Amino acid sequence: MCGLSKEKTTRVTVDADKLRSEIRDKSVKVLDIRKEDDYKQGHIPGAINLPLASLLADDSPDKVLQYAQSFGIGDETPVVVYDDTFGALASRVAWTLEYIGHEDVSLLDVTYGTWKKLGLETSSEIPSTVKTNHSLKLQPQILATSDYLVPAKEKGAILVDNRERLNYLEQHIPGAINIPYRMLASGQNILRPKEDLRRLIQNRNIAPDSEIITYCGSVGTLSGLGYYALKSLGMDNVKLYVRSFKEWKSLEKPIEKQNDANYWDLSAE
Amino acid sequence: MSNTSIQSKPDNVPKHKINWGRLEEAERFSEMVKLFRQGKINRDDFRRFRLQHGAYGSRMTDDYSMIRLKLPAGEVYSEQLEKIADLSEQFSIGSAHVSTRQNFQLHWVALEDVSEVLRGLAESGMTTREACGNSVRSIMCSPLAGVCPDEVFDPTPYAVGATKFLLRNPLCQALPRKFKINFTCCEKHGMARMVDIGLIPQQGEVNGKPQRGFKVFLGGGLGAQSFVGHQLEPFTSEDEVLYTIVSVIRIFDRLGNRENMARARMRYLVNEMGWEKFQNLVLKERAMIKMLLSVIIKLEVDKTVESMRKISISSEIPSVPQGYARWVKSNTFKQKQPGFSCVFLTLESGDVTSNQLRAIADIAREFTADGQIRNGFTQDMVFRWVRDEDLPRVYSKLLEVGLANPGALTMASVVGCSGTTSCNLALTNSHRLAKEVQRKFIELKIDEDDDLRNSTIKISGCPNSCGQHEIATIGFYGGGGRLGKDMYPLYSMSLGGRADETTTLGHSCTKVPAKRVIPTILKIVEIFKSDKKSGETLDLWVKRVIEGNGGPTIKSLDDIKELLKPVVIAPTKDQDEDFYADYGSDGSYHTKTGRGECAA
Repeated sequence: MCGLSKEKTTRVTVDADKLRSEIRDKSVKVLDIRKEDDYKQGHIPGAINLPLASLLADDSPDKVLQYAQSFGIGDETPVVVYDDTFGALASRVAWTLEYIGHEDVSLLDVTYGTWKKLGLETSSEIPSTVKTNHSLKLQPQILATSDYLVPAKEKGAILVDNRERLNYLEQHIPGAINIPYRMLASGQNILRPKEDLRRLIQNRNIAPDSEIITYCGSVGTLSGLGYYALKSLGMDNVKLYVRSFKEWKSLEKPIEKQNDANYWDLSAE
Repeated sequence: MSNTSIQSKPDNVPKHKINWGRLEEAERFSEMVKLFRQGKINRDDFRRFRLQHGAYGSRMTDDYSMIRLKLPAGEVYSEQLEKIADLSEQFSIGSAHVSTRQNFQLHWVALEDVSEVLRGLAESGMTTREACGNSVRSIMCSPLAGVCPDEVFDPTPYAVGATKFLLRNPLCQALPRKFKINFTCCEKHGMARMVDIGLIPQQGEVNGKPQRGFKVFLGGGLGAQSFVGHQLEPFTSEDEVLYTIVSVIRIFDRLGNRENMARARMRYLVNEMGWEKFQNLVLKERAMIKMLLSVIIKLEVDKTVESMRKISISSEIPSVPQGYARWVKSNTFKQKQPGFSCVFLTLESGDVTSNQLRAIADIAREFTADGQIRNGFTQDMVFRWVRDEDLPRVYSKLLEVGLANPGALTMASVVGCSGTTSCNLALTNSHRLAKEVQRKFIELKIDEDDDLRNSTIKISGCPNSCGQHEIATIGFYGGGGRLGKDMYPLYSMSLGGRADETTTLGHSCTKVPAKRVIPTILKIVEIFKSDKKSGETLDLWVKRVIEGNGGPTIKSLDDIKELLKPVVIAPTKDQDEDFYADYGSDGSYHTKTGRGECAA
């Protein structure tokens, strides 16, 4: 059993068919992290609502543990998370569960919008949940803090900024490289096929065993998706700088920018 | 009205016919980037390779590229636009830029991702090969070719045929400098005299039989020093066209200046040698090639007549949206085929978002009988073969995505090169200035003034003419000015440029600070209105003044310069701090340039 569950943790995404059969087997807990109003109008059958905003209001390990327990998520319960925001918000929730020590958490590989477009079943029924126990085993190796970044970088860690190109050019953490979150998706899937993603990483000469820290603008959503994109390639030494650039700036740490070019004026937005 | 309301998406949408792309070139590019990053290829060799594959450096950095597509004849299909939209969103800045040579450019792409963009383009039949560097650049063709009332025949298949022959041809892999070829439909709609080889269709006679052919112009071009092309001979038959092109390229390859990059374009060779000598050389070379070549080379011209698909016309009469009349007047063009129009899109300095590209692709699917889009010569995009009855609906659709601005075919549509947004050589933000001028002029309804309709405004960020300022009625190129110790962005203004059968380079008039460009143009319009003859347009008035026939008050450009003096005067920094900052910048203006990327 132990071996099996280890194997399961490498399951970064789950496709719609697989999820449907797991829902039928009742072998999975599904988290819908959209707003409550959207959830009430319809969701994947059996999904429990955990709006991202509620989680972010207090994402301390104790609070997250309370959520998990109240949803009936035990240590061994497989969890699948979905959103309607290209997987970025779902990633942030999945990472948070991982951080408190829940190993078996995956992302649905399409958004709720795509699920509906595919004509798959939805429901507006709110499932009842039975409280259960979950242990707290913090996983500090997947979290990066502002103090951690600079020494880690000096030891060779690669800092990845997942914001859009123009935002990155304008300001970023010194030495970070840019992999905009838009690069990670393809077609209707929240993540590209592995071979495509692997090429993007190889083109950047990033070794598979590198230590990588992802960050984005404020709360670690876009970079959460970046975190799971790298995980999907089997890269294990990945961390999320969850407080991201917003905190970095508020701490008045050094910032780098692409100088002497008016790139914003090229945008037709 | 014929077929009514087929509301579903037409399934007979034409797809690209020619695959210009090569997947293996994308793979090679990725290998080369790795070797370059490992220091196994030197910077100059890598740069040459990169440019040959359409990746230009960006302002002050080699870590980002501007990727230039090569769209022969400016032709692009809906599926291809959607691919470009995706690639821009994924790897660029979510917008694409339409150039003055009918191509799309994707800016600020990480060097490491260029190969991915090339891969995506190749999957949809597109290439970037020889879009930059010392090669034959994309062969242009008037966006009105095939539908222009004044054309003798459609030159499009010839432009495509010439591309088929020259793309990846060993003959043109290491020329002394870039080389440009334009086909145009008629005298008015192209720039046949402003490129290395310009071709205008004409009907002639060979051995008593009527035959298609061209007027061929050689040695023209815009740049730090511009020249107007010379006509090679009265008539060049279609059988001789490829021999002629090959002869000219061979002479340029042999004799072009490889020592001095600034004098390397063919127009300098023609100028230094003298036209007659150059002309003789070309005619001799052509005769020799014809004798010595063991095979006959001829353009592969696909003359099959495209069958136009039937497109849906709604039976219900659409309510005509606000602004339609103004738009239809300034953005559409009646085709020679009755009942059909071309629709020109007014972009801002050629910029278009990914979402807009997707909307354009949908509109082309729904409303154009040829299912195609062509990019134009002035950073614009064109739908052809739109039924006149559908124009109100096309307008409504464009309105929804912010693409229904009027003014496309008028002076309100302003060309601006990329300037300091991405180019190493730029001194000013010409790109943003062009947008500012255009916004102001649309607000002032300049496009509705028939006196200004045929005139043009074009802006370059440096003297190198990428913004084509020298063929504009009112042209500007960027530089720096100084008052005491304070620098400010300052444009040199020329008047009277044109690119039709009376092609003329603009005459230098005066210098205009960036923040005074708009009032200066408005002042010129005011002077023109008080001085013009009845029925005279701005471009013709300027022409008359330059030719010395001005009056009553304006006898020469100096008189205009005199009247502009109060407008262009520089205030001190204390009086007006904003004057000293360029558009798009808060800080004080300073000039900064890097190495040019055009040649390598």
